[in-house]
Amino acid sequence: MTAAADTATTSTDASDIPAPEGSITVTVKILRFNPELDSEPHWESYDVPALPTDRVLNLLINIKSYVDGTLSFRRSCAHGICGSDAMQINGINRLACKVLIKDLLAKKDKQTTITIAPIKGLPVMKDLYVDMEPFFEAFRAVKPYLITYGNEPTRERIQSAADRERFDDTTKCILCACCTTSCPVYWADGSYFGPAAIVNAHRFIFDSRDEGAEERMDILNDAEGVWRCRTTFNCTDACPRGIQVTKAIQEVKRALLFKRV
Amino acid sequence: MSITASPPDRIAGASRRSGTLYIGDPGMWSWVAHRITGVLTFFFLFVHVLDTALVRVSPEVYDEVINTYKTPFVGLLEVGLVGAVLYHALNGIRVMLVDFWGKGPRYQRPMLWAIVGVWLLVMIPSAVIMFTHIFGGSPA
Repeated sequence: MTAAADTATTSTDASDIPAPEGSITVTVKILRFNPELDSEPHWESYDVPALPTDRVLNLLINIKSYVDGTLSFRRSCAHGICGSDAMQINGINRLACKVLIKDLLAKKDKQTTITIAPIKGLPVMKDLYVDMEPFFEAFRAVKPYLITYGNEPTRERIQSAADRERFDDTTKCILCACCTTSCPVYWADGSYFGPAAIVNAHRFIFDSRDEGAEERMDILNDAEGVWRCRTTFNCTDACPRGIQVTKAIQEVKRALLFKRV
Repeated sequence: MSITASPPDRIAGASRRSGTLYIGDPGMWSWVAHRITGVLTFFFLFVHVLDTALVRVSPEVYDEVINTYKTPFVGLLEVGLVGAVLYHALNGIRVMLVDFWGKGPRYQRPMLWAIVGVWLLVMIPSAVIMFTHIFGGSPA
């Protein structure tokens, strides 16, 4: 009810957060932005108790619950499956629900600071909450669904284990945008399809049951398609599912180059 | 009492934020270095084409210009040029392997450390030889 008043005087008093035994105090530095009050994003620091076994998401939920309810971020399953809580943690894109505090602790006797910013390259709507629409637009553009022509088979579409293996890696994508927003080309030029869209095109291009490879390859052969990839490997490093993203993009490039799927 | 969403133009104002350094994969920094060494080599080639073209204008002027290069400062630039060309060439091979070798993406990091190793192996003796030329006062 007093949302406006609360945001005007942002409290950083974290004394209400329960500090279980064994917890240590860490500084969480968040790049905050409220479109109704701020013209520019600014950093806000919170000293909060944390257990080494906590995940970064736990700290964010504690800050939102006990310190400042206006803190905005996405999270849903909190178990690394839904892909909602992608954010830039200590300078790299990660899912907040998959990063343990013990892996971020500073060398002994030093204060641990965890820096959290929204993922880059997408419009920030509030705090860590970005507009994902450009990302999904690129995803939809590559036709990420089974395309077949001719009569429907009367039974299942059979596929050998070896054929399944070809695109196994790219089926793991959860569309969290960690890869796309880690790409320097995507930051500089939002019209690039981005790694995630290419990964999801790869998933169907190399599927023996699918007949739409040609259409997708045409789309990705565009100036804003796979050729924008500069193989910086940021996407592969960022993927919380361990997908070899750059490898998938290279496979699409080679398929285009040698007209072979 | 709900707070309505901001109008789209307001949201657009905050888009494409900057200010945080992305600590990317070593592959990103190899790409940054590839760009920088590429641009530096281009600038060298630009000057090189110009000074060599001077021969056709006047051999005397060409000699005069080339003589101005025989200073320790230009010598340092030459060491830098060797380093830039060498890195650009080695990393170019790495990028080609990433592009055309099926296992390239998997071995991109070992390949990066390998080219850095080769770069050091070649650069250290080259720099020693070049510095002795520059500061040893050997006849041109």
